[in-house]
Amino acid sequence: MYELSGVTKTYRKGSSRVTAVAGIDLTIPDGQLVAIQGPTGGGKSTLLQLLGALERPDSGAVRLAGDDLAKASDGRLGRVRAETIGFVFQGFNLIPTLTARENVETALVPLGVPTQERRSRAEAALAQVGLADRAEHHPSELSGGQQQRVAIARALVKEPSVLLADEPTGNLDEGTRDEIIGLLEGLWRERGLTVVIVTHDSAVAARAERRLTLKDGRVSG
Amino acid sequence: MFATYLGRELGKRRRQTAIIAIGLALAVALVMIVSAIAAGVRDAQTKALEAVYGVGTDITVTQAAAAPTDGDGGPRMQFDFGADAGTSADGSREIATTRLTPAIGSTAFDADAIRTAAGVDGVAAAAGGLTLQNLSFSGQLPDIQQRPEGGEQGFAPGQGPGFDVGGGADGSGGSSFGIESFTVGGVDVAQPTVGPLASTTVTDGRALEASDAGAEVAVVDADYATTADLAVGDTIEVGGTPLTIVGIAASTSTSGAGADAYIPLDTAQALAGLDDQVTTVYVQASSASLIDAIATGLKAALPDATVNTQAELASTVSGSLASASSLITSLGTWLSAIVLAAAFITAILFTVSGVTRRTREFGTLKAIGWRNSRIVGQVAGESLVTGLIGAVAGVVLGIVGIVVVNAISPTIAVGGQAAVGQQGQGGFPGGGGGGFPGGGGFPGGGSFAAASSSDVVLSASITPTVVLVAVGLALLGAVLAGVFGGWRAASLRPAAALRTVE
Ligand SMILES: Nc1ncnc2c1ncn2[C@@H]1O[C@H](COP(=O)(O)OP(=O)(O)OP(=O)(O)O)[C@@H](O)[C@H]1O
Ligand SMILES: [Mg+2]
Repeated sequence: MYELSGVTKTYRKGSSRVTAVAGIDLTIPDGQLVAIQGPTGGGKSTLLQLLGALERPDSGAVRLAGDDLAKASDGRLGRVRAETIGFVFQGFNLIPTLTARENVETALVPLGVPTQERRSRAEAALAQVGLADRAEHHPSELSGGQQQRVAIARALVKEPSVLLADEPTGNLDEGTRDEIIGLLEGLWRERGLTVVIVTHDSAVAARAERRLTLKDGRVSG
Repeated sequence: MFATYLGRELGKRRRQTAIIAIGLALAVALVMIVSAIAAGVRDAQTKALEAVYGVGTDITVTQAAAAPTDGDGGPRMQFDFGADAGTSADGSREIATTRLTPAIGSTAFDADAIRTAAGVDGVAAAAGGLTLQNLSFSGQLPDIQQRPEGGEQGFAPGQGPGFDVGGGADGSGGSSFGIESFTVGGVDVAQPTVGPLASTTVTDGRALEASDAGAEVAVVDADYATTADLAVGDTIEVGGTPLTIVGIAASTSTSGAGADAYIPLDTAQALAGLDDQVTTVYVQASSASLIDAIATGLKAALPDATVNTQAELASTVSGSLASASSLITSLGTWLSAIVLAAAFITAILFTVSGVTRRTREFGTLKAIGWRNSRIVGQVAGESLVTGLIGAVAGVVLGIVGIVVVNAISPTIAVGGQAAVGQQGQGGFPGGGGGGFPGGGGFPGGGSFAAASSSDVVLSASITPTVVLVAVGLALLGAVLAGVFGGWRAASLRPAAALRTVE
């Protein structure tokens, strides 16, 4: 359960200031699938960073399960990211030198999961996204859709309560897009996750329970 | 995960890893080679000093050569070939003639100086020495009825073993002749611990003894004995008189001060026609602390004499080596410092730029909960392994370099100015060897060895300390690179993961 109140985030670029998020009040109940849309530069990614404990807001409160991320220490934010939040990026962000399985395992490293368990959990997560037979492949040997599946497995292997995705289908063709959205939707239903997806794609947004539009750092609709 | 990730990253960035490692390796190798050579020079210095101090003489008294009065005793050696010299056969004459004179740079002076020196306060012993050069000429000359202008032919001393002159100017037949030269040391047989004999050890036969005074005996230097094919029991002609060789002695001095043959002082005086004359007085001090005072006393008592102390001579020898050493050391240190600095800067810049290129990667890891310390550790680990590779490669390279240096075995010339010598007139350049940057020449000239400088062969040696220091430097470079790279990685924000553009 997210509770945001009066959240602002301003970026300073030289002498000019850009208010990316300009006072957002927002509540996302547990287990909701939310799609965030809006014009480019509207503050979607910034909001996702605040939800994902990557950044602290300049003012306001971002409560996750009652915990105010705005006041948490770096270490605490790191722990929240490691334990509670799964991230999926537009560019997949896999580590090119590691195999699919090893990439998934990186999510378990900060949790101190023993090597053997790490391995079996990673393999199970890959199986769940349909890539059991690609576990030992490097990212360069996988298609975009397969890479994003690995990234989803990495986000979910730690069994987070929140999944945040910033344009997860932005780099994919239409067929693959539907495949990935289908996968995310299935996992959401299966696990009862809170899912926030930033997307430009109305077809994707149409699948969500709730749709928000961000424009000039404010929520409308 | 740490090791897997580290290995894969180094493997992927092979070129960056190689550049950093090679830079560090070069620095390591250079540091090793330079310090090994510097250590070699120090060793050589110690050896040269030991050789000088090994002689049982603290102070030498000599006399500067007076301007030659009638050509005799000057550096120009002359032979008289009168019409009566040699025997005539086939229109040419067989000639064999010998000259025994004070060696180049030596001047004979009255032996009263020995007694005067012995009387100076603090002197434990004073012994005379007569340093002579035996020049013998043998061969055939065309029978010239009339003596050439002046009737003399001059030869520079120390010329080669022989030369042929094909045909005289008047066509009266060819000439063939040879000049042989060796040095003769007349030594005080009653005082074998003072003077040049003190720095020799008998390898065959016996040493000269007090009872040899006035006897026609000689002890021959081992090197000369080999060259001239002489053994105990043979005879050696000195000033035309055959002397029985009773012993072979090896010089323990590397400074090249020693005669080819040692004979009793009074025998030498008689053969050279220099009764009661010496070229050097060897003085032993009763205490090392008195040496300066004695030198002052000797100068006062013998105003015409040149007084040299061991310390002065030693500093000449070691001074030249020290300057070679400091040249190598400072040159090498600068070179090492520059290469080391370049290697460090390269390592740091490459590591930092490598981390910057991995902004998104590290941002992603931070976004999924990796702590800063883990990412910094990863960067530092990569850097350290690179440093280790560089260190190992550098040690191998350094050892190869040192082996090569030893194979070339560069030499440093140490002037033949030793305890028994006197300040040489006209120095000779020491033979710098092997293109080695320190092998400069310096003036020398000993009374017993008119033209000998000994080359000290440099041996660069590898010590565990040097290897450890070198490896430590490579790792220091790696740690520095790791610190800067890690600092850069730590400063990356997790939100960098969302920058979509690769
Ligand atoms: N790190 C930053 N430094 C400076 N300005 C930033 C930074 N991140 C975002 N901004 C600015 O904040 C505003 C909102 O950016 P944000 O990335 O949140 O938009 P977005 O809605 O995700 O856009 P897009 O659809 O193009 O991804 C933009 O004007 C952007 O330039
Ligand atoms: Mg965005």
